[in-house]
Amino acid sequence: MVDRRNFIRKAASGLAALGGLSLLQRSGPAAEPIAPDRDEPATLLDALPGKNALIRKSHRPPNYETPVGYFDAPFTPNGRFFVRYHHASIPEVKANEWRLRIGGNAVRTPLELTLDQLRRDFKAVEIAALCVCSGNRRGFFQPRVPGVQWGSGAMGNALWRGIRLRDVLVWAGIGETALEVSLDGADSGVLEKTPDFIKSLPLAKALDENTLIALEMNGEPLPHWNGFPARLVVPGWTATYWIKHLTAVSVTSTPCDSYWMRTAYRIPKDRFAGGQFLSQETEANMPVTEILVNSLITNLLEGQTSPDNKSLEIRGVAWDGGSGIARVEISTDGGTRWHPATLEQDYGRFSWRQWRYAFHPDRAGTYQVMARATSRSGASQPFEPIANPSGYHHNAVQQIALRVA
Amino acid sequence: MRTPFLLLCFISAATAAGESQIALKGGQEKDKAAAQCAMCHSLDYITMNATVLDEAGWERTVDKMINVMGAPINGEDRQAIIDYLARNYGK
Repeated sequence: MVDRRNFIRKAASGLAALGGLSLLQRSGPAAEPIAPDRDEPATLLDALPGKNALIRKSHRPPNYETPVGYFDAPFTPNGRFFVRYHHASIPEVKANEWRLRIGGNAVRTPLELTLDQLRRDFKAVEIAALCVCSGNRRGFFQPRVPGVQWGSGAMGNALWRGIRLRDVLVWAGIGETALEVSLDGADSGVLEKTPDFIKSLPLAKALDENTLIALEMNGEPLPHWNGFPARLVVPGWTATYWIKHLTAVSVTSTPCDSYWMRTAYRIPKDRFAGGQFLSQETEANMPVTEILVNSLITNLLEGQTSPDNKSLEIRGVAWDGGSGIARVEISTDGGTRWHPATLEQDYGRFSWRQWRYAFHPDRAGTYQVMARATSRSGASQPFEPIANPSGYHHNAVQQIALRVA
Repeated sequence: MRTPFLLLCFISAATAAGESQIALKGGQEKDKAAAQCAMCHSLDYITMNATVLDEAGWERTVDKMINVMGAPINGEDRQAIIDYLARNYGK
């Protein structure tokens, strides 16, 4: 088996190695995607302590997205991985002082675990999974919706290593009345009254073999801004459940009633397929849960001029909530004709899948380039995003105007 | 999880660097909005949502900050902040 650290290094340098063929590389490696909102101040690249430069959306709480060019690789480097917080009080957790409390009214034996205990007493597992913000691409909705005006960069693909949440819960003992598992991290609001960011999972999702308490990301400890020393990884579900700096896990017999479950992160019922969370649903709405099938072109930017009029490679990534990607089709004429792209290596059904397509333009001019993914469950991307009040789940087919000289 | 206040002051200071460069529109009237909103978040949250919200939308947002997030803003300041945001950052 390939040594993991070497593998990651190779994957990261693959971005540079492939650069000879890459339009993005030719126009500068840190080329920024078009800001979703032209009224906004110019897009700002800025590095948080310990991270590399990202596109800053807000200072405090810190919200930073990844320039799309860094997605032109199997895994997203830790330094370029997006940062998203709801609260501005973010303590720097010390590994030796950190404790994970397992409690709740439906746990048999409340526990407190150290990092060493997690590493020593539970089986280590690893999974490749996409972490994507529910509101990724919110800035592209028309009419616009309030919130962090994300472009396409509030996501990243990583290898997560840790232990199964299930193993910890089974060790503590799950009571017969258990309904949900709620999760809290070390960050909090500045004001005492601000509702803490507490999320919950249905018991079945918490017990899923793929749901992890991750301690490492791409072969290294989690960066502070991505949840050191431990964060939840919920493959297939949007990043709102991936609690950073995890400190408390509660098994409860009643639905979690935090603001962040009951009011925020809600979508109209029956407008999106799949992803049930019955104990949190009302007649009108439900929590945003499962990631929708989606794709992104990673080596072209809107309005870009191709330096080569003979052939060029169009590359990107495609993903869904865990059935895996069946196919990606490319159109270069605004959606009239579609051609199959070649799928790259499969790192598992929760990872994104890279794809590529050799485009041979037969004339100079402007080409409308589109990519459309279809999942193994048969779901495909719509041509218009599905409207919802908070701007979640934007998975419309992307269209990029490419000028060929 | 709740963080001790002293630790919190340290964190706020550490993460606020560069934030002071955010310039809001308007004259003296901006000061009240800046002071009240910046208690919890940087002011780029306002500029980021410029022209997204109309007056009713900004009113809903300010009321969410007061009623949900617990911002200690009195009735007079509430109205002044809504007016300011709608005038300078309204749709």
